[in-house]
Amino acid sequence: MKVLVPVKRVIDYNVKPRVKSDETGVDLANVKMSMNPFCEIAVEEAVRLKEKGVVTEVVAVSIGPAQAQETLRTALAMGADRAILVQTDADLEPLAVAKVLKAVIDEETPNLVVMGKQAIDGDNNATGQMLSALLGWPQAAFASKLEISGDKATTTREVDGGLQTIEAPLPVIVTADLRLNEPRYASLPNIMKAKKKPLDTKDIASFGIDTAPRLKVIKVAEPPKRGGGIKVETAADLVAKLKNEAGVL
Amino acid sequence: MAVLVIADLNAGALSDNTHKTVSAAKAIGGDIDVLVVGKDAKSAAEAAAKIDGVRKVLLAQSDDLGHGLAEAIEAVVVPLMSGYDAVLTPATSQGKNFSPRIAAKLDVSHISDVVEVVDASTFVRPIYAGNALETVQSSEAKKVITVRPTAFKAAGEGGSASVEDIDAGAGAGATKFVGEEIVKSERPELTGAKIVVSGGRAMGSAEEFQKVIEPLADKLGAAVGASRAAVDAGYAPNDYQVGQTGKVVAPELYIAIGISGAIQHLAGMKDSKVIVAINKDGDAPIFQVADYGLVADYKTAVPELMSALG
Repeated sequence: MKVLVPVKRVIDYNVKPRVKSDETGVDLANVKMSMNPFCEIAVEEAVRLKEKGVVTEVVAVSIGPAQAQETLRTALAMGADRAILVQTDADLEPLAVAKVLKAVIDEETPNLVVMGKQAIDGDNNATGQMLSALLGWPQAAFASKLEISGDKATTTREVDGGLQTIEAPLPVIVTADLRLNEPRYASLPNIMKAKKKPLDTKDIASFGIDTAPRLKVIKVAEPPKRGGGIKVETAADLVAKLKNEAGVL
Repeated sequence: MAVLVIADLNAGALSDNTHKTVSAAKAIGGDIDVLVVGKDAKSAAEAAAKIDGVRKVLLAQSDDLGHGLAEAIEAVVVPLMSGYDAVLTPATSQGKNFSPRIAAKLDVSHISDVVEVVDASTFVRPIYAGNALETVQSSEAKKVITVRPTAFKAAGEGGSASVEDIDAGAGAGATKFVGEEIVKSERPELTGAKIVVSGGRAMGSAEEFQKVIEPLADKLGAAVGASRAAVDAGYAPNDYQVGQTGKVVAPELYIAIGISGAIQHLAGMKDSKVIVAINKDGDAPIFQVADYGLVADYKTAVPELMSALG
């Protein structure tokens, strides 16, 4: 059984994004980039399935610039077997990403796709759902638990107000929520080994898919800042202010 | 111009998120219809018919729709889209689950988590965990949008639209519902509550969280929230999480207790009208967004707060 894991290179989780002064986007020059945290969870889940003997091959895929090779090497160091980079310098919208992933899936024919529920840059939370719709494969989004038995995937999902469990026959698209697992840190020997694992690079043009942006970005602005507040000395002061000044009690 | 709003149901009843999404639809303009999908959802549909500005309510019912299965909802909505220019869904877990599928089937972009409608084709949405606001313009024939409900005022009552039963579609196909665990609570729903009391990692245990946060919330008639750190540590259930990766709230009053104020938490609550922070570390980043800060150990401050509230 083969599992495909799409991964995205994004601004590091711990870096505070700064909006460019000309309001054309977020400044990514000389900023630390890492694997999207939700993609890390997806890689971890795939590698655990391999360690349990459920899957035999884990293939990581990234669509991005040449530097996304580093992100793929991280996936390989975590335990993926091989990697594919679909190279482009353009910033693709979720629909275009889903179409390219569908083309990769048509070639690779995996039994399962595990991917992050959203990337922390665009925060769209859309690609997995779109991919499921384009492929006509069952969708198990926002997974906090995944079990594969035979040709069936049973997924516990985070829904409004609690958890829901669904099952579907493979192949299935699973999107990872935060509590699916805690990703491992790659060990130094595994980082060294990852350098020798196969990484194929394909030009995005070779897929013949229209990936041009559909939306026009008018501007990217800083959110309004909250005015500075005050410190109160006691709980009684606090209650008095909330009643008399703020009028919220 | 015609806009379809997909209703949000909470335990079978129409949720306020629907009214807020109708407000976003009004900002786009044109006729507004509401689609209610569910099971035994007739009363929710009748409630939707009373929302001011609604032309008609469409009601589709089946077991799969009742369980909110994404494929089933997509199968109802996509055929309807020949009659609409835009479809708006509240950006709840349920809405996020199915709405992008509709966009993919129509071969158009998905515009996620809209917080402002500039005009019928221009929308503002947060990116980078709310650290930036992106304004995007769509020239596509159909707009498929999720709306962040806390960013819009609820549309009022006073409408008297008709309710029309429609075909429940082909169901969810191969995906089967197995079960669910929904947390039952007497407290208000987190994303719609007027007051939210949240606890952080400083609580140290689930027992302490229940002992400190919950009585204060109950005294104020508030919903209970938690930071991701508190949820990850097991002090509070998953669905209490407020933040970029949890729920986005914007109550009248948000009280953060023992929460340091990580970027990802702030992204989920910084649009609250009044923010109160209680933390013993006076340098905690939460104080930079708090209207009222009390630098104190919650162990003494919360009991004092309880008695000051009377």
